[in-house]
Amino acid sequence: MIEFENVTKYYKEQVGLENVSVSIKMGDFVFLVGPSGAGKSTFVKLMLKELEADSGVIRFGDMEVGNLSNREIPLLRRGIGIVFQDFRLLPKKTAFENVAFAMEIVRSTKRTIKRQVPQVLDLVGIPDKGDKYPHELSAGEQQRVAVARAIVNNPTVLIADEPTGNLDPDTAWGIMRVLERINNRGTTVIMVTHAKEIVDRMNKRVIAIENGHIIRDDVGSYGYKESQKCVPEEGAFGNYGD
Amino acid sequence: MGISIICAFREGAKQLFRNKGMSLASIFSIVAMMLILGVFFSFIVNLDVAMEAAKQDYDTVQVFLLETTDKEAAARMVKDLNDMDEVIKARYISKEEALIAWKVQWGESGYLLESLEENPLPNAIEIDVATLEGADAVVQKVKTFSGIEDILYYKDTVEKLISITKSVKIATLVMMIFLIAVSVVVVTNTIKLTVNSRGKEIEIMKYVGATNWFIRGPFLLEGIFIGLISALIAFGIVSLIYSKAMGLVGAEILLIVGIPMVPVKYLAFNLAIIFIALGISVGASGSIISMRKYLDT
Repeated sequence: MIEFENVTKYYKEQVGLENVSVSIKMGDFVFLVGPSGAGKSTFVKLMLKELEADSGVIRFGDMEVGNLSNREIPLLRRGIGIVFQDFRLLPKKTAFENVAFAMEIVRSTKRTIKRQVPQVLDLVGIPDKGDKYPHELSAGEQQRVAVARAIVNNPTVLIADEPTGNLDPDTAWGIMRVLERINNRGTTVIMVTHAKEIVDRMNKRVIAIENGHIIRDDVGSYGYKESQKCVPEEGAFGNYGD
Repeated sequence: MGISIICAFREGAKQLFRNKGMSLASIFSIVAMMLILGVFFSFIVNLDVAMEAAKQDYDTVQVFLLETTDKEAAARMVKDLNDMDEVIKARYISKEEALIAWKVQWGESGYLLESLEENPLPNAIEIDVATLEGADAVVQKVKTFSGIEDILYYKDTVEKLISITKSVKIATLVMMIFLIAVSVVVVTNTIKLTVNSRGKEIEIMKYVGATNWFIRGPFLLEGIFIGLISALIAFGIVSLIYSKAMGLVGAEILLIVGIPMVPVKYLAFNLAIIFIALGISVGASGSIISMRKYLDT
């Protein structure tokens, strides 16, 4: 269970989130939508404790995020996998190594790594790309590696921050199917996105944030009028990793 | 755990070589710092040893007796002095004994003294005092005796020497602190370059839940390597310079000051420990400082 209770976060002059309360059950698939600067990134950063809330309580399982000491932050983050719009793979490591890297960090043994990485690569649909370097992979394949890296340590939650932002529609659907597969295995998926078509077709729970407030929270479509200003997030174009 | 330490060591060494230019710059600056330190350290150690020797030489009070003072009177004085707490030992030295000692001191040139028609030396009492401070009381006591020609003691000289040594030490310390700060800054900048070039990797490590120490490890080792290598180089150079200097001026110094230079062997051990400790701490603190920005959250 992820719970935000009256969470408020201000930046110097701007509102990040204001008095937001929401709860996400384990195993859910949730879209987080809204215009740029609405508070989606703030939401994600607060969950990862990259930012500190000004007030309110954030719970992740039985952890109270705000009370975690700096030493405990890594433990929180091990429970959360994260995928970015720009993949963020290490260019000098192969797909296999990029995924294994996440396992080395939590001190997995070589044997576990050898067993688990191929399984995860298989799950994300690129079982035969382990020895390829990021620049040898298509954008969609790179994002699959990033997803594999995010889930290899079996986090309870996967946060996907605009995972399809740099992908063409077909490739994007490929990624969505991967995310759905992961969700079906029991992992909670929170996806931040602008992609209206995807949200509409997936028919999952949608939390819409605007000006730091949740303006809508129900199952169904994107429901966010295109007439309102919808600027792509910074770096949305042409940033295909290294 | 064992594997990860080896792994971290390998990473640290790898980084060092990838960053050859800047690593060299750091090593140079630490070595330079250590050379200055080493020279001053050798100087201070020698000064200290000389001071100790001087103190030992000078914590005696010499009392010269008038010709008219007879042996019995002198013996009474010696007894009185030996009763004082400040006195370790007082003893009577006849002019004959003094002359023999003088001859011995002159060594080969001692024969020159043979030509003296009569012994020019006075009878004397030599008093070893426990502390330099106690010398004053002893001198006051001696002044109450009659039949004294002169009192010789070096409290002022020794005190002056001690205060000079102290100032030299303080000056060196201040300079050292400054030099160490400079080295830390240089090392910090070197490692910052590596850290920045691996910023992306560090970010990913953090997202995946790496602990700060896991991330810091390789960079810390890089810093420690830099410090260690510098320490070894500096140690080699300083030992070499010192032994050369000893061969060159050691004999003269012994002649002029009357105290031999501290042997390389004794100095080297302390120098090695100081350099290694300093190198490691400068390197480690440099890398920890340079990573602060990345490990805030």
